[in-house]
Amino acid sequence: MSTTANDTSRARGKAPAGERIADWADGRLGIYSLAKANMRKIFPDHWSFMLGEVCMYSFIIIILTGVYLTLFFHPSMNEVVYHGSYVPLQGQMMSEAFNSTLHISFDVRGGLLVRQIHHWAALIFLAGMFVHMMRVFFTGAFRKPREINWLFGFLLFVLGMFTGFTGYSLPDDLLSGTGVRFTEGAILSMPIVGTYISYFLFGGQFPGHDFVARFYSIHILLLPGIMLGLMVAHLILVFYHKHTQFAGPGKTNNNVVGMPLLPVYMAKAGGFFFLVFGVIAAIAAVAQINPIWAIGPYRVDQVSTGAQPDWYMGFAEGLIRFMPGWEINFWGHTLVLGVFIPLVLFGVVLGAMAAYPFIESWITGDKSEHHILDRPRNAPTRTGLGVAWVTMYMITLVGGGNDLWATHFHLSINAVTWFVRIFFFVGPVIAFIATKRICLGLQRRDRDKVLHGRETGIIKRLPHGEFIEVHEPLSQEQLHTLTTHTQYAPAEIGPAVDENGVERKVTASEKLRAKLSNAYYGEDNQIPKPTSEEYKEITSGHGHH
Amino acid sequence: MSSQDIPEENLPAEQDHAHGAVAVADEENPFADPGLPPHEHRIQDIDERAARRSERMVALLFTISMLATVGFIVSYVTIPHDKNIFVFPIGHISALNFALGLTLGVALFCIGAGAVHWARTLMSDVEVADDRHAIAASPEVRAKVHADFRQGAKESALGRRKLIRNTMFGALALVPLSGVMLLRDLGPLPGTSLRHTLWAKGKRLVNMNTNQPLRPEDIAVGSLTFAKPDGLEETDEEFQNELAKAALMIVRLQPDNIKDKRELDWSHEGVVAFSKICTHVGCPISLYEQQTHHVLCPCHQSTFDLSDGARVIFGPAGHALPQLRIGVDSEGYLQALGDFEEPVGPAFWERG
Repeated sequence: MSTTANDTSRARGKAPAGERIADWADGRLGIYSLAKANMRKIFPDHWSFMLGEVCMYSFIIIILTGVYLTLFFHPSMNEVVYHGSYVPLQGQMMSEAFNSTLHISFDVRGGLLVRQIHHWAALIFLAGMFVHMMRVFFTGAFRKPREINWLFGFLLFVLGMFTGFTGYSLPDDLLSGTGVRFTEGAILSMPIVGTYISYFLFGGQFPGHDFVARFYSIHILLLPGIMLGLMVAHLILVFYHKHTQFAGPGKTNNNVVGMPLLPVYMAKAGGFFFLVFGVIAAIAAVAQINPIWAIGPYRVDQVSTGAQPDWYMGFAEGLIRFMPGWEINFWGHTLVLGVFIPLVLFGVVLGAMAAYPFIESWITGDKSEHHILDRPRNAPTRTGLGVAWVTMYMITLVGGGNDLWATHFHLSINAVTWFVRIFFFVGPVIAFIATKRICLGLQRRDRDKVLHGRETGIIKRLPHGEFIEVHEPLSQEQLHTLTTHTQYAPAEIGPAVDENGVERKVTASEKLRAKLSNAYYGEDNQIPKPTSEEYKEITSGHGHH
Repeated sequence: MSSQDIPEENLPAEQDHAHGAVAVADEENPFADPGLPPHEHRIQDIDERAARRSERMVALLFTISMLATVGFIVSYVTIPHDKNIFVFPIGHISALNFALGLTLGVALFCIGAGAVHWARTLMSDVEVADDRHAIAASPEVRAKVHADFRQGAKESALGRRKLIRNTMFGALALVPLSGVMLLRDLGPLPGTSLRHTLWAKGKRLVNMNTNQPLRPEDIAVGSLTFAKPDGLEETDEEFQNELAKAALMIVRLQPDNIKDKRELDWSHEGVVAFSKICTHVGCPISLYEQQTHHVLCPCHQSTFDLSDGARVIFGPAGHALPQLRIGVDSEGYLQALGDFEEPVGPAFWERG
């Protein structure tokens, strides 16, 4: 069919319309050289690689639904009396922001759906980024050449948190107003500049008349604009670096194995956008989120119990909840450590994530490119540190909901808070040690599997009565996959005396590096992978078990 | 395969031959990369009927999507926006939201499911290897770029004409100051505004709920009453700003239960008035335990003992709730005997 179409068009001396449009565009945009490199670009396949896609698609969904919401939302704190169709609130004073959010929810057909899709997509966006970053971290995908892309992703995560926060503060409801008040209190705790920043942000005293309008331009323009740029840069780098892949037969550090963008990845990834959108729309149909009409408009003298921020801010909430109320008064000033330390910790905990790739590359001293992903077990110290970080994050999250833990599990709120205070420090240590042991155990298991084969579960009785289990040797594919990872030797401090016998100064950073390197790659911190000599020794038949 | 009938010693060799590996493990390196495994055909690759089944499945999914979009439009037009329905197990929900969301969800999901099914069953699943190229440029390119840069820098004479360079950096460093200046009017300077509230000598305490001035006898033992200063109305321009500092909570204690001397002095017949605004980060405190006289901030669980100067007994707050000195006026109404003596609400640098 297509050949006849081609023939007839050629008969008239013209290329098919698609080709002519492409030629036209190429003459002006040079799309052919772009397409040459990318149209059949290879993408490796692994379920964990779709986590980033979830983020990208939910971000697009947020932008689409967000633009719709701006058509109806009034970012104003002018007080009005409600006359809309939600009866329980009729006659109440509320800001125009709250009023218009009620209007979207009750009087615009489908407005509630779009609001709920927008909010659900935001939660999924942040959760997606969190899990995506864990995938990248635990597989070592942040290593050279991808450190900058890790930073872009990190920035997207942090900016996403603040975009989410400024977004859910816009309806000016009682719950979000409480969160804004918390933010004001945290800003006030900053030494020297806190009061001024607060007055400049809120246009004077809290709550003032400005913050909704200001948060609005931050939420719909400033932060998403930066994020859009970062996301495009993130994707360009993914294309430019080409995707990482797990070790396996035929997969090397110098190639990328998978399916071409056109058609397979286009169909899969394009289809996946619709899957994500469809699922979020269905969630928005059945699961209510942020019912501001049940919460009511913000009043500075009112609050409800069980007030919780959206999940990604729960970690900040936790830090502020379990911190003891330290305050130092001196020379007419107050240092509000009880609030300021959590504020600093918030930055430190997140900043640690940003800094990690550079710390690890300094310790390994490895300057080469890495395109083959690590299995988490093969980097026990990194995996341990990552799990320790996640543990600390989760414990802080528990602290952020200490009241809910107390009421739902009939515990003392004081006990929950003290648990969080202690386990904020102890939990990560336990998690680190346990994770590292598990990783080393798994490495030993891999080693055994390579050298002795897979346990078949078949018990054999030998002529002289001994029972043995039959081990089935691994295939060459499996042998290769399990032994292909590189193992670093711990860095050593060079000789303290140079070749002329002159004593050299060993710097503190050298010593620190050697120590850390030993903690990563020292004798007890990784299991040497089997060598081919060991394998041949065992499989040759001499001295077998 | 079953390993039962294979002599144990033969297993490795048996395995190696059995697998169609591209590169047979050599003597030197048994862990050598065998190369990409051979492509395994899917049923759709070899059976045209299966392929046609897949095609029909994809078409069916796309058709369901079209129907769902029609359903979306029909729902939008026909379902009244205030109609609620009961859906098990969710409960009573907006019919329109439920219908629009589900039809939209199905319409979108089926497009995605169709595309993915198409890709997985009908498009080629042959894995292809593509070469990677080093990110860093070759030494020649690197040398060329460095030389070009040096040439350009030299031609600009930036390094030689220091006067130009220094004044340019000076100008570029100063010009953003204009932008910073423009931010000045984002808000007024704090001054002492955080130290003062609407409370003043003679100002009556007005019940927040009834909007009536309070008498001591209105306050029962064990109750928690919220109050605002007389004259502050909901319709006032600065209502929220003033209330954020002036909101009070009032309780009645037995005078001999009051442990703090100053608290007793500032009370009236056991009626004490404290700032309602938590000294942690400013939430309004609202939970009162009658027996222990503790109040708890629901936001971060700071707990204050109202019988002991509202000192902090648990949680992240750094200092006690400020107390307002109260008495009664000639008509027997509760009145303030002055403003708070210390700033209310969260601590700040200038608080001292």
